Amino acid sequence: MNEKISESRKIRCAILNGLIWTATGIISVIFLGIILCILIKGLPHISLSLLTSKQSLLNETTGILPNILNTLYIILMTLLIVLPLGVGSAIYLNEYAKSKKAVSLIELAIETLAGIPSIIYGLVGMLIFVQFFSLGTSLIAGALTLVIMTLPTVIRTTQESLKTVPDSYREGSLALGAGKWHMIRTVVIPSAVDGIVTGCILSVGRIVGESAALLFTAGMANEILNISEAVSAGKAGSTLTVSLYMYAKERGDFDTAFAISTVLLLLTFIINISAKFTAKKLKKGA
Amino acid sequence: MQSNVLNISRTKETGRLKKISGFLEKVMNTVFTVCGFVAVAFVLIITVFLIISGTPAISEIGLADFLFGTEWASTATEASYGILPFILSSICGTSGAILIGVPAGILCSVFLTRIAGKRMSSFISGAVSLMSGIPSVVYGLVGMIIVVPTVREVFGLPDGANLFSAILVLAFMILPSVISVSETAIRAVPKEYEEGSLALGATKTETIFKVTLPSAKSGILASVVLGIGRAIGESMAVMMVSGNVANMPSLFKSVRFLTTAIASEMSYSSGLQRQTLFSVALVLFVFILGINLVLNLVIKNKRK
Repeated sequence: MNEKISESRKIRCAILNGLIWTATGIISVIFLGIILCILIKGLPHISLSLLTSKQSLLNETTGILPNILNTLYIILMTLLIVLPLGVGSAIYLNEYAKSKKAVSLIELAIETLAGIPSIIYGLVGMLIFVQFFSLGTSLIAGALTLVIMTLPTVIRTTQESLKTVPDSYREGSLALGAGKWHMIRTVVIPSAVDGIVTGCILSVGRIVGESAALLFTAGMANEILNISEAVSAGKAGSTLTVSLYMYAKERGDFDTAFAISTVLLLLTFIINISAKFTAKKLKKGA
Repeated sequence: MQSNVLNISRTKETGRLKKISGFLEKVMNTVFTVCGFVAVAFVLIITVFLIISGTPAISEIGLADFLFGTEWASTATEASYGILPFILSSICGTSGAILIGVPAGILCSVFLTRIAGKRMSSFISGAVSLMSGIPSVVYGLVGMIIVVPTVREVFGLPDGANLFSAILVLAFMILPSVISVSETAIRAVPKEYEEGSLALGATKTETIFKVTLPSAKSGILASVVLGIGRAIGESMAVMMVSGNVANMPSLFKSVRFLTTAIASEMSYSSGLQRQTLFSVALVLFVFILGINLVLNLVIKNKRK
């Protein structure tokens, strides 16, 4: 059969095939190159003292403990606020909303929020939380900004898993005389837990990777804060990504910057794996 | 008699319970409705804040002078605020990244779905999802250390931090989302289409390019729009590799995007200069809304 194909067709196919292979080859090489580059330049500079001390000119130590703590604080604060809001919003969309217009309006809003660049979130967060609510440059202002940013992620993943809860569950519960809220609390939410967890993991990923939105809201300080300081107004602190930017761009300390990159790379890897794991569980449950 | 009293109290009891649960139902109904509209409220708040803080500077400078002025000298004694360089740089940078990233990404997703074996495909897909999760500052750092010096050496320039480096870094950054979205689109093409084409005597490659890709058109288009959104909204990585001087865009000149214009001057700006930065954000916001609108239209088209 192959003999029937003309020369020009054969050549064209070969060229297109070649293009596919080269593109994939180049992309793979670049991706592996980036990962290797981060690991090679970063791993040697990771040490116990780096992970457990703070930046200090007096003691001549370079440490990222404050930044790790700040990242944790911001993750916790953001999730604490965004979870109820996002899950509630998804439940409204899936269980309560009756008017189609309202649903499409809310969905349009979610799309819009998902598309807004982080630098605009940073700016608006500064206007609203730092200035208008006079929280000052603080971790809490940063966390509130990230709440708006991660809301679409939480709503979407929760909605996906709510959709997989069979209607027969709901009908069964209602037929037994449960009220709507009782039904949601005892039947719908437990069945949708996997999706909510996936939403959490994805949000954590976004929070860990965020820098532009935090630069003007959470600030650039490198002090170790305890929990009560972390939630109070006016206590600034930089997360890992923001401190990476400061080390690389402002101080030219690329060794520390690459060490932070390695930490971030490992975090991203863990987050990816766990997201995949819960997503698989979600699919099995459906 | 006694049982009668008990009965009455029992009905009273259940009545009260019903009242409580009915009240609870109403409360929860309101709570969920409020949660539901929170996203809408956020969008409105963001829009209102951006308009309130963005318009004073525009009205003081004049819309035409602001949008089409070619000189940005915010700290000069005779300050001039023209953001055309930023707008054009953003557009050039984004289209450059799209020109490089989209074809490469589509070809790669074809490889992943139609050529690679299962193990290879899942390995590369894993790498792709890892890359899409990597923070943008890390891309910026790698760009600063690897891309910028390489561009300087290869093209013999005094400084490698320019539009070209920014385009390269942005292209890497949009690749993962382009690949994963178009991969999904290609996987959704029904097998029968391809089988039909193969049965008519077309080769595998011809089938991919003449049947599979056209059928997955709308999904691929969505990936392009997504890539545009990501590229135009990126700030930190661009700031680290583009040199950050407010020049009119040229491939080997240091440039400043809309996003980096905001980020780079925000920390020390004041007065009218600060207000213009909010106006820049407003312009960027309008751009993004336009892109979202297109994305929505594309998706709606797909559903039809």
